[in-house]
Amino acid sequence: MKKEYLRKLGGILGPFLGLLLVLAIFSLMPEISGRFLRLANFKNVAIQSVIVALSALGMTLIIISGGIDLSAASNLALSSVQVAYFIQAGFSPWLAALLGMLSGGLIGFLNGFLITRLRVVPFIVTLGMMGMARGIAKWVARNQKIDAPLTWLNNLMARSPRPAWLLLSPGIWLMIILAVVVGLLLRKTVFGRHIFAVGSNEMTARLCGVRTERVKLAVYTISGLLCGLAGVMEFSRLTVGDPTVAMGLELDIIAAVVIGGGSLSGGEGKISGTLIGVFIMAFLRNGCTMMGWPNYFQEIIIGAIIITAVALDRWRHRQE
Amino acid sequence: MEQKVILSARCLSKSFGLTPVLRNVDFELKSGEVRALLGENGAGKSTLIKIFSGALKPDSGTMLVDGQPYCPETPLEGRKKGLAVIYQELNLAPHLSVEENIMLGQEEKRLGFVDRKKNREKIKQVLSFLNHPEISPDTPVWKLPIGARQVVEIARALVSEARILIMDEPTSSLSQEDSRRLFEIIRRLKTEGVGLIYVSHFLEEVREVADTFTVLRDGEVAGTGEMARTSVEQLISLMIGKRLEELYPEPNFQLGEVVLKVENLRGQKMSSPVTLTLRRGEILGVAGLVGSGRTEFLRTVFGLDRLKDGLVIISGQEFRPRHPRESIVKGLGFLSEDRQAEGLALKMNIADNLTLSRLDLYSRYGFLDQRKQKESARQWVRQLGIKARSPEQPVWSLSGGNQQKVALARLLHQQAEVFLLDEPTRGIDVLSKAHLYELIVELSRKQKAVIFVSSYFPELLGICQRIAVFYRGELVEVRERGQWSEETLMKAAITGGTNNTIPKAKMDRME
Repeated sequence: MKKEYLRKLGGILGPFLGLLLVLAIFSLMPEISGRFLRLANFKNVAIQSVIVALSALGMTLIIISGGIDLSAASNLALSSVQVAYFIQAGFSPWLAALLGMLSGGLIGFLNGFLITRLRVVPFIVTLGMMGMARGIAKWVARNQKIDAPLTWLNNLMARSPRPAWLLLSPGIWLMIILAVVVGLLLRKTVFGRHIFAVGSNEMTARLCGVRTERVKLAVYTISGLLCGLAGVMEFSRLTVGDPTVAMGLELDIIAAVVIGGGSLSGGEGKISGTLIGVFIMAFLRNGCTMMGWPNYFQEIIIGAIIITAVALDRWRHRQE
Repeated sequence: MEQKVILSARCLSKSFGLTPVLRNVDFELKSGEVRALLGENGAGKSTLIKIFSGALKPDSGTMLVDGQPYCPETPLEGRKKGLAVIYQELNLAPHLSVEENIMLGQEEKRLGFVDRKKNREKIKQVLSFLNHPEISPDTPVWKLPIGARQVVEIARALVSEARILIMDEPTSSLSQEDSRRLFEIIRRLKTEGVGLIYVSHFLEEVREVADTFTVLRDGEVAGTGEMARTSVEQLISLMIGKRLEELYPEPNFQLGEVVLKVENLRGQKMSSPVTLTLRRGEILGVAGLVGSGRTEFLRTVFGLDRLKDGLVIISGQEFRPRHPRESIVKGLGFLSEDRQAEGLALKMNIADNLTLSRLDLYSRYGFLDQRKQKESARQWVRQLGIKARSPEQPVWSLSGGNQQKVALARLLHQQAEVFLLDEPTRGIDVLSKAHLYELIVELSRKQKAVIFVSSYFPELLGICQRIAVFYRGELVEVRERGQWSEETLMKAAITGGTNNTIPKAKMDRME
């Protein structure tokens, strides 16, 4: 019993220590130590994490089910453009946000539908969808930014929330609540167990009567909805609909899942790990920026961290 | 030829953590000798092989090769000393050609360039020595049938001038014909003075090919001797440590009403329709060669392969199998022939694997009652005697026999009435087999019905009441057990009838 417990703990301990290490290194830097370990800075990092985190929640489900979604960032961009488009057209912010989210859900559903019906691997389907979603976003926006009038939607990602008793901006609350919901979904429900089963061995799942295609369809749709929501947050942050936003962000999203213990061969992954992965990258960016280190420096470090994280995870597996 | 000792080991011991895996093992191999290394799963065979090959280092003990001290640090060093292992999963690069595979790492070179002519000569020589001159050196390995791939692997060992060859379950995925050709090769290697260590579960086959044996039990040598003076029963009792009175339990003779009727059932992968009935308390054996359509039949009944025609009647209810979900609800349970790739989700734990087909039992508003799930799994683990620390242990860490019990426990847990078992005893040790027979017969005593597919005819004759034979996609004959013998079963499986004589051509095509 004890061994199983340690095994479970070991999976999350690694990423967590990594996060502590990142925090420790930057707080020991004399130039920024005063500013880095401040609540205000933590809030700042949390807000910067919301968009990646929301998409990474969905990506975790997909990666556990043995798939991948390269269209996540394009999907997010398309959704943010949609929101701007609808607000500009005079829709209420509620409706615009809802439509933006649904557009994300639709792209996700299409991904799932094509993967299960055409029996084409997720990498290819979502690679195609990546281009298509980005193209549609540019089309909708006529290849420029869509300016939309300011609404309460733009407060979702504000640094200081209104009303003030919220303490954290609504976007952060949304991230926390959805992380808990998706985490519970994954760990405590029958559906969650089916996701693991499909990713661990799809043939076994089918043999046991799991409707594997429905599970996949649901996973891609949920993930699409979360990307759509991330798109709403992106719009909220930018106040415009920019079809070129979040270029290449899908790789950050995937990296967060992988740093957190997700396995690209499926059947493994954790919401807590993914969030830690998101924060490791966000704190690195934040710390490097504060230090005034150039952009390329961050890229090199984050690249090295991805490889180290996965190598450590494999090593841990071999020890078992 | 004078037989001299080429490999000897004294007092080898090895522990993993606190668990001793090998204790004071002595071993000896002479040139031109085939020594069978026998033992149940977990007896220490693979550890011993790994120590010989250099993949593991013993904690204590000494080894000699050709009288010289031998303590390899790596498998490469072992290979250089003339010792090659041919593993169960062949280690070939599928996209490379036969020639490239054989010469990989030992290419004949001239000034740093591969000397193709010399390579070619060497390969031709070796392949014709192995009696397989028809294998073309240019064929990519993935195009070769599995038997031929093994020949390539042996050829690679010969080119490296190995004089000690270790074969780990070499025939487990070979057809009978390929096995026969392999034995022929082994005989040729013997005459060349190569010493062979032969590891296998198939005792009849071991008796045919090996001269001597060493039996390991719980990491110790339980016995050694000459094959010719030892019976299969004696080998088994050495392996399991007690006399095996009766491997097969007394079958149940109390049959109930008809529970499963299959009428003109034809699946997409079946070449002709099948009709049969199954009664409660019955174990119906299904014999046939690999590729005879037995597996496709079971899969169609269970809804895994697409149905074209016909129907299934379970307890009087008509049913057209479409998806395993419905079949499970109707009381069907299916055990896959490929435990690793299909039967079990190896990364998941015992509890999840065991309950996956009926998670709804533990569901409240979609939430899983994990405590109840685990408790239930724990009960089945205890009831079937599955050796595991806890229900949360991942399935990959169990032995083959225990894995298979988890797969069977799943069917029990989902309360199947009709068990469709495809090769349930493949690749598991004798003791686990005996336990599985007991479990299956116990099912029939409880008035469940079983269809038991197997390539190993003695076990069909051992526990089934009736046996059906498939031949080229067709169910050709069903008879009571007493009207079959191993010979007639074999004949029916090879020729499609018991009266036909076996044509030579078919014999050669037999898989």
